Amino acid sequence: MNLLRFLSSSLAARLGLTGLALGLTGCDMVVMKPHGDIAAQQAQLIVTSTLLMLLIIVPVIALTFVFAWRYRQTNTEATYSPDWDHSTRLELIIWGAPLLIIIALGAITWISTHKLDPYRPLDRIDAQRPVAADVKPLVVEVVALDWKWLFLYPEQGIATVNELAAPVDRPIQFRITSSSVMNAFYVPALAGMVYAMPGMETKLHAVINKAGDYEGLSANYSGAGFSGMHFRFLGLSDGDFAQWVATNQKQGSKLDGTVYQQLEQPSERVPVQRYASVEAGLFGAIVNRCVDGKKMCLNQMMAIDATGGTGKAGIPGLLRQPWRNEAGATERTVVAGLCTPTNLLGTSAPTAKP
Amino acid sequence: MSTDLSTLIFGRLSLEAVPYHEPILVATFAMVALGGLAMLAALTKFRLWGPLWRDWITSIDHKKIGIMYIVLGVVMLLRGFADALMMRAQQAMAFGDSAGFLPPHHYDQVFTAHGVIMIFFVAMPLVTGFMNYVVPLQIGARDVAFPFLNNFSFWMTAGGAVLVMISLFVGEFARTGWLAYPPLSGLLQSPDVGVDYYLWSLQVAGIGTTLSGINLIATIIKMRAPGMTMMKMPVFTWTSLCTNVLIVATFPVLAAALALLTADRYLGTAFFTNDLGGNAMLYVNLIWIWGHPEVYILVLPVFGIFSEVVSTFSRKRLFGYASMVYATVVITILSYLVWLHHFFTMGSGASVNSFFGITTMIISIPTGAKIFNWLFTMYRGRISFDVPMLWTIGFMVTFTIGGMTGVLLAVPAADFVLHNSLFLIAHFHNVIIGGVVFGAFAGINYWFPKAFGFRLDAFWGKVSFWCWFVGFWVAFTPLYVLGLMGITRRMNHFDDPSLQIWFVIAAIGAVIVAFGIAAFLVQIAVSILRREQLRDTTGDLWGARTLEWSTASPPPDYNFAFTPIVHDNDAWYDMKQRGHQRPTSGFKPIHMPKNTAAGFVIAMLATACGFALIWHMWLPAALAFVATVGAAIVHTFNYQRDFHIPADAVTRSEEARTAALAAA
Repeated sequence: MNLLRFLSSSLAARLGLTGLALGLTGCDMVVMKPHGDIAAQQAQLIVTSTLLMLLIIVPVIALTFVFAWRYRQTNTEATYSPDWDHSTRLELIIWGAPLLIIIALGAITWISTHKLDPYRPLDRIDAQRPVAADVKPLVVEVVALDWKWLFLYPEQGIATVNELAAPVDRPIQFRITSSSVMNAFYVPALAGMVYAMPGMETKLHAVINKAGDYEGLSANYSGAGFSGMHFRFLGLSDGDFAQWVATNQKQGSKLDGTVYQQLEQPSERVPVQRYASVEAGLFGAIVNRCVDGKKMCLNQMMAIDATGGTGKAGIPGLLRQPWRNEAGATERTVVAGLCTPTNLLGTSAPTAKP
Repeated sequence: MSTDLSTLIFGRLSLEAVPYHEPILVATFAMVALGGLAMLAALTKFRLWGPLWRDWITSIDHKKIGIMYIVLGVVMLLRGFADALMMRAQQAMAFGDSAGFLPPHHYDQVFTAHGVIMIFFVAMPLVTGFMNYVVPLQIGARDVAFPFLNNFSFWMTAGGAVLVMISLFVGEFARTGWLAYPPLSGLLQSPDVGVDYYLWSLQVAGIGTTLSGINLIATIIKMRAPGMTMMKMPVFTWTSLCTNVLIVATFPVLAAALALLTADRYLGTAFFTNDLGGNAMLYVNLIWIWGHPEVYILVLPVFGIFSEVVSTFSRKRLFGYASMVYATVVITILSYLVWLHHFFTMGSGASVNSFFGITTMIISIPTGAKIFNWLFTMYRGRISFDVPMLWTIGFMVTFTIGGMTGVLLAVPAADFVLHNSLFLIAHFHNVIIGGVVFGAFAGINYWFPKAFGFRLDAFWGKVSFWCWFVGFWVAFTPLYVLGLMGITRRMNHFDDPSLQIWFVIAAIGAVIVAFGIAAFLVQIAVSILRREQLRDTTGDLWGARTLEWSTASPPPDYNFAFTPIVHDNDAWYDMKQRGHQRPTSGFKPIHMPKNTAAGFVIAMLATACGFALIWHMWLPAALAFVATVGAAIVHTFNYQRDFHIPADAVTRSEEARTAALAAA
């Protein structure tokens, strides 16, 4: 009857699922076979967790079919116990077995969540090699824009749009923010994702173990141009990375506040852009949302609030320097006037205290 | 002066809001208009306006309201599923140079509307409809505690649905995803009416749901038949109680979160903005503190449905009743302790992430206990594979796998690579379709004979089941694979052509499910046409165990001529075992609540107020608000709320039942 069809089609679905889940050939499941150490540990975690859970899931599904078949109405040989509805022993197993699995999974969760915390600096390059004591991570500052990615390299003094590169086997420290809406910075081959949020800075630590050309994307919907918001991540040997930096220095233009504000305008599927020099303090200004110089930086506002707000206690904070302090730049204060007992209308602009 | 007045009246509404130049929408409108006109013509020709108004729209009978909720859910399923088909088609087509047929501006509305409609206007009405219909009958009551409020709640939910449907043809819907995270949903990034449609339709519907929650808690706590202690309630009533506790405790959080976003958009506040001290992470937390209990609100009632169905069709007492009750209560409490697992990737730190990951895993223990209990109900039973039981077995297999992928996602470090991917999409569809949708179809097939007096055609029911079951797996297995390939959600275009085959398979699966939905509609039509052959005059077609099956099919308005006395679990089964005889005389007049138009009127005024607020039509909004409050106040002066069914009417109704039972 219907049950045979049911069993065979369900079984087919089950086998198909298992086959697919175990990794079909000719199918690039980058999440399960990545080339970054963090991502590799995460893939291992997926396999371990799934196997642990299958210990319960497989018997449950098998029993469903077995019981459905064996106790079908037409099978009058099977025992029929219409009022049997309780068994302490079974209850202990029913609650106990999943509990044991969850205890195991919980322990794995606690350990792995701490080990693979995106904010935690790396302590290993891969399973065989720890990070040497004198290695400084490559710092990359990431800004999610509408709808492209800006990468700043403070150590090298360059920047790019929609192309990220890093030397193989050197730890990378990402500092991530966004210009307008929530995005998520994600390179599947490298590590897990972290949200990019305006006015905030998140961090990610990762390392790429194999040279290659990998895909990066935004994993949080951010508007009309979201689907085009991918970038290339290049894992390069040391020599190739130095070459890449040199190319940017040769071909790139200057990235300053004005250029950044143009970048902030919405655009989609933007081709790679290169910048040979970056205005000092630009990333800080982006995170603190004061690139246009027209408003106080968030960190200044928070510092003022922390020292008492805009009451008398906050006056030193109010008179602090703005972020842009280059020679030749117009010095601007963020306060237009300050009333004092001797200057009731605050007519003369206060000078910044040294 | 006149410009000011016209702005005050029309706000930002103008003829440009109507999408004349969008062919898909124009075609849809033409179909809706034609279908609507045909329906209006039929209503007029068969003189159904009177019965529609008197017996349905103004009805405060929980049975009618329950049926209307389910009809609403099924109608909105068609709209939500049309969105799904469009998304699958777009994602199967849009590779390389082909941009598909839905530009981002539309695709982004389609996936937002799909999520909002499926959760708020399909799943919620379906489970609310079941709870409304079944719970009073199961506890031996004649109606819910507050019948007028019940009617009002339904029309508020319908009003929210109306607002969402209007957004198709007047203006546009939100383009933010179904939870509308700021800053994207803030005024700066979404200045148009879309997010406002979202906010007001959910606020209107949310009021209805919250009031319904209060209503059902009061009903279950206070109106059980004598002898039905808490631990003698049917399991479906228990799950309904826990569901409504969840509703009452969490929907206010949703209302607050949406209100804060509304304030940002209307009053210039800065709760969730990037500047001026706002913080979008607050919204994410609030919305998920609501959002996670919400999915348990959806799934707990269907767990109850499955408990009833498994027990009935295995002809056996439910295994581990106490265990089921404790598991349900534990799930209810724990569902408040897991919300952060929806945003592990927002950077909360390892200890916080671990805590929420572990609590999420702990919930799987009572859920697993329930599944085992259903299994051991089947064990040593005598199982007949009627359509409700088929859906149940489909659920047990499907939901279990979905639950497994859920526990996998609960490991934060695994979530870091799977969050927002198609793996996540596959997971939650796995549990929502495998759980809520399968449960809804099981419930419909199970209780339809009770509600209408004839059963649903079994052949088309089986066709529908197989199409849904096979279609679901064909549609979503590729999505699990794509998630493991690093593909994220909400994309309207892909560059890598090697992915296309997976999306094509998924689209085929969606088409198979479409056949399942079509088969369901055919099942309804065929059953109505063949209703005399499918008629059930016993009232207990399946040989079931709970009190609703002791009434006629359909039950009389008053449900029970005499309130039953309950001695044991499975009260009706117990009555049958004891050789219970129906009383056939000595009937008394029965006190009943009266129908009223007030609920419909107040809710429609509230809906109109919502529409006006969406379009910044301040004058109409103010007037509609005043009218809403005014209508509510007027209603409080209506002292003719009740009437008595005379004893001889009860006698006639009960004698008709006696005759039907004798002839059966």
